[in-house]
Amino acid sequence: MSRIAVTNLTKVYGDDTIALDDVSFEIDEGEFVIVLGVSGSGKSTLLRCLSSLTSPTEGTIEIDGDEVTQTHDDIAMIFQQHNIIGQMTAYSNALSGSLSRSDFVESVFQLQDSAEKYRALEALETVGLLEEAQSKARNMSGGQQQRVGIARALVQEPRVMLADEPVASLDPGSSQQVMQYLLEASVDRDLTTMISLHEVNLARKFGERFIGLRDGKKVFDGYSEDFTIDIIDEIYGDIDIDGIVAEDGADTNETETGKRATKGGSAV
Amino acid sequence: MAVEPGRNWQRYDTRDRIKRLAIAVLAAATVLSSWLWLDLDLQYVASSPPELLDLAVRMYPPEWAYAPDIVMPLIETIHIAVVGTILAVVLSIPVAFLAARNTTPNRVTYAVGKLIVTVSRSVHTIIWAMLFVVMFGPGAFAGMVAIGVRSIGFVGKLLGEEIEEIAFDQVEAIDATGASTFQVLLYGVIPQIKPALVGISVYRWDINVRGATILGVVGAGGIGVQLFDAVDAFQWSTVALILIAILGIVLLSETVSARARAMVR
Ligand SMILES: Nc1ncnc2c1ncn2[C@@H]1O[C@H](COP(=O)(O)OP(=O)(O)O)[C@@H](O)[C@H]1O
Ligand SMILES: [Mg+2]
Repeated sequence: MSRIAVTNLTKVYGDDTIALDDVSFEIDEGEFVIVLGVSGSGKSTLLRCLSSLTSPTEGTIEIDGDEVTQTHDDIAMIFQQHNIIGQMTAYSNALSGSLSRSDFVESVFQLQDSAEKYRALEALETVGLLEEAQSKARNMSGGQQQRVGIARALVQEPRVMLADEPVASLDPGSSQQVMQYLLEASVDRDLTTMISLHEVNLARKFGERFIGLRDGKKVFDGYSEDFTIDIIDEIYGDIDIDGIVAEDGADTNETETGKRATKGGSAV
Repeated sequence: MAVEPGRNWQRYDTRDRIKRLAIAVLAAATVLSSWLWLDLDLQYVASSPPELLDLAVRMYPPEWAYAPDIVMPLIETIHIAVVGTILAVVLSIPVAFLAARNTTPNRVTYAVGKLIVTVSRSVHTIIWAMLFVVMFGPGAFAGMVAIGVRSIGFVGKLLGEEIEEIAFDQVEAIDATGASTFQVLLYGVIPQIKPALVGISVYRWDINVRGATILGVVGAGGIGVQLFDAVDAFQWSTVALILIAILGIVLLSETVSARARAMVR
């Protein structure tokens, strides 16, 4: 089981930028959680703390009761800008997910044992990129690069999969596709998953549980049925919700009524 | 906004003009005083064309019969450049990480990196070669070490600048997989600087071929040994042959280097 317990998590950058303010929650094994909030609300900071890329100012993060303090192959991270190595092939990028299990010689000469190599190919197949295995990552489309990012994460054989705005740089079609792969991977491999999104439509379509952040504080934590328009208002505040709902949305040409309907509850 | 009529538009204001005049006077004074101080004699300039002609006549025809004797020294010259460059590249990778602001552990290590770069670059190959000939005795080994040590600064500096340009987010992503620091360098940093590393190394190798041709003047191996022996013995037609051979390998290495660099780009 991979239960995540976050307790009184606070992160202060510099002297006075409070990015996370006393956030606590628990996530059960295999749950698929979406973190929502406007830009600057603390989504990235939360996920970076969970993956130990940033250390919390206060509070603890536990996975299965063990406190997490350093990066670990049990916890995989997927980034908005993909952050795969452009000069390497899709395959090498995927394989790099196994580094924590390879020794010096294996990693220098890419002599990982065949189980790891198989795992890398299998992960590429999972995200529909087996044919593309030998392509240089930088020559691939944004959506493909992000799928390589997912493959690298899966090769880690993680227990927890984190994704920080994984589709924010993608066109609507690729966004749907990437979200679909993330959901499938999470279900098939029983991964405890946490994905931050800023777009409500996608969140509604794929999410089952939602955590809302605003100014670093947790303002909502609940399931689809409780994720009402009032809650959206609370998370997004005074800013124009229509803008958010439509932003990089599936259909930017939506009419005003269309958007209202979406806000009202029906998924895309 | 209309241009005021009758106004005298000038490129520089008075202050600028005085400054520029002062600089010009200072430059002229420097040249003149250097000339006087060095006590240059124009007599040699006047006599140089006939001297040159005389030398050319004595050099012609090149001593082709000597050609088989310079094959080995030429190969040695290339070897010195190759081994020296490999030595430099291997040693300069850690130096580059120290001398790059984003990978150096702290300010002291940064200063150490920069110091190694500066020392290596500010001492000429020939001076290094003299030092190593004293240390290791005359021969190609001293030459290789001299070429290597001299090139560390060049490669380390350019590579360090390349490291400062890498996408740190990509490095961080490898870190996030739980990889060790060494693996993060290997998979996150090295692939990003590899094209530059190849380009810089080949470029330096080509510079080093040229450098290796004169190491012989201090007895550090290479074709220069034969060249300076021939000069000392006034065997001008042999000198001519060696110069032609040097020109040949320099052109060859420049071509190879340019091709290789075009390929990795
Ligand atoms: N490395 C950093 N240094 C200083 N301030 C930061 C840093 N990263 C984020 N912040 C600040 O922390 C707050 C939360 O940012 P972030 O976690 O990136 O939010 P989100 O991902 O929801 O846009 C913002 O005010 C942001 O400016
Ligand atoms: Mg963010």
